[in-house]
Amino acid sequence: MKYISEYRDPQLVKKYLHELFRVTTRPWTLMEICGGQTHSLVKNGLLDMLPPQINMVHGPGCPVCVTSVSVLDEALWLAQQPDVIFCSFGDMLRVPGSSQSLLHAKAAGADVRILYSPLEAVQLAVDNPTKEVVFFAVGFETTAPANALSVVQAAARGVTNYSILASHVLVPPAMEAILGDPDNLIDGFLAAGHVCTIMGTTEYDPIAAKYKVPIVVTGFEPADLLQGILMTVTQLEKGTYKVENQYARMVAREGNAMAMKAIHEVFDVSDRMWRGIGSIPESGYEVKAAYSQYNARLKFNIQLPVREEDPDCISGDIMRGHKKPVQCPAFGNRCKPEHPLGAPMVSSEGACAAYYQYKSSV
Amino acid sequence: MCLAIPGKVIAIHEGEDALFRKGKVSFSGITREVSLCMVPEAALGDYVLVHVGVAIGVVNEEEAKQIFSYLEQMGDLEELL
Repeated sequence: MKYISEYRDPQLVKKYLHELFRVTTRPWTLMEICGGQTHSLVKNGLLDMLPPQINMVHGPGCPVCVTSVSVLDEALWLAQQPDVIFCSFGDMLRVPGSSQSLLHAKAAGADVRILYSPLEAVQLAVDNPTKEVVFFAVGFETTAPANALSVVQAAARGVTNYSILASHVLVPPAMEAILGDPDNLIDGFLAAGHVCTIMGTTEYDPIAAKYKVPIVVTGFEPADLLQGILMTVTQLEKGTYKVENQYARMVAREGNAMAMKAIHEVFDVSDRMWRGIGSIPESGYEVKAAYSQYNARLKFNIQLPVREEDPDCISGDIMRGHKKPVQCPAFGNRCKPEHPLGAPMVSSEGACAAYYQYKSSV
Repeated sequence: MCLAIPGKVIAIHEGEDALFRKGKVSFSGITREVSLCMVPEAALGDYVLVHVGVAIGVVNEEEAKQIFSYLEQMGDLEELL
């Protein structure tokens, strides 16, 4: 989509852009959290339509991108165990671990399967009683309820040959890690719509107050994004720092109670290593002790050395907003979607892959 | 990967336990089995927002259709296929 007339609501897009040019008087740096938002901003050409004072930087908003090399190595190790069927969402297969990807392991004979839902993995375990079925439980808060539900359903059905490799990451602690960095550049945030469909918006109130930044929960279509940017800039120009909800048609302040109940049933909050960023305290979910028989790390007693990232990949600087993908010396030459150095080039929602695919002019 | 896709509930199986409440959801003709346990309010004919096989919210029909056509335009529906 290159022309405003192709958008769902071109009049609205024009109106928000006009307003944005009217209210913006100073330079502001905004970060969008969600990889879906990054994808939409870049693919729809919105970055080139904004007032020049507005700098959009692309946050760590893709669970595929922030899953650490060590966790990928755990996944690869599990996939190579005898009698294991290792199941994953398709996005994770091409992400390189320290030596190879799950796709390589599959090509070499490991039983790696792409599933649409973790609930299918539970059924696969029922259908294959002599195998151990492991599901790679990645994702933000949006995906955690489904992964938790798979464990609860397996327990209720008495399924004993099912477990998950939990690698959940949480959005608010990552925002705090970015804001607490002494070199922080971010003036305001667009928070991720579907994460808030689950969790609601109340977690953001203390962050907005502590760091004095406006946070606007935003959808991912062009008109949503422009309205979210406009609401954030309007607050910045006025000097306010509230949590606002642009995406009220999908996000209730209190979130989805049933989904949160499932999360709290199965998961404890834990520290988590983020690829490119490092360890962030209390920024992930791990399986609770009460469900330890469904925790693949314990069930298989995984003990692997902690691995470092590829030193040539600057994804940490990109995900903290310090650099744009095009500022990376490896971008588009040594690092391409066909042979990624780091995860933001792997997933279509990663900032590097989005720039590579759609911003041919830069 | 956090995308949630809207679809229409065309069948509901209540199950013995609310934990296993599920249904068939049509995404413009592509049908999937979806857990409805997190949207107890969802009824036959309603539109639900589905993420990795689990409905996480109910949306109105007009909104559902608009989101779906946007996702289609963006080429973001591969995960259904």
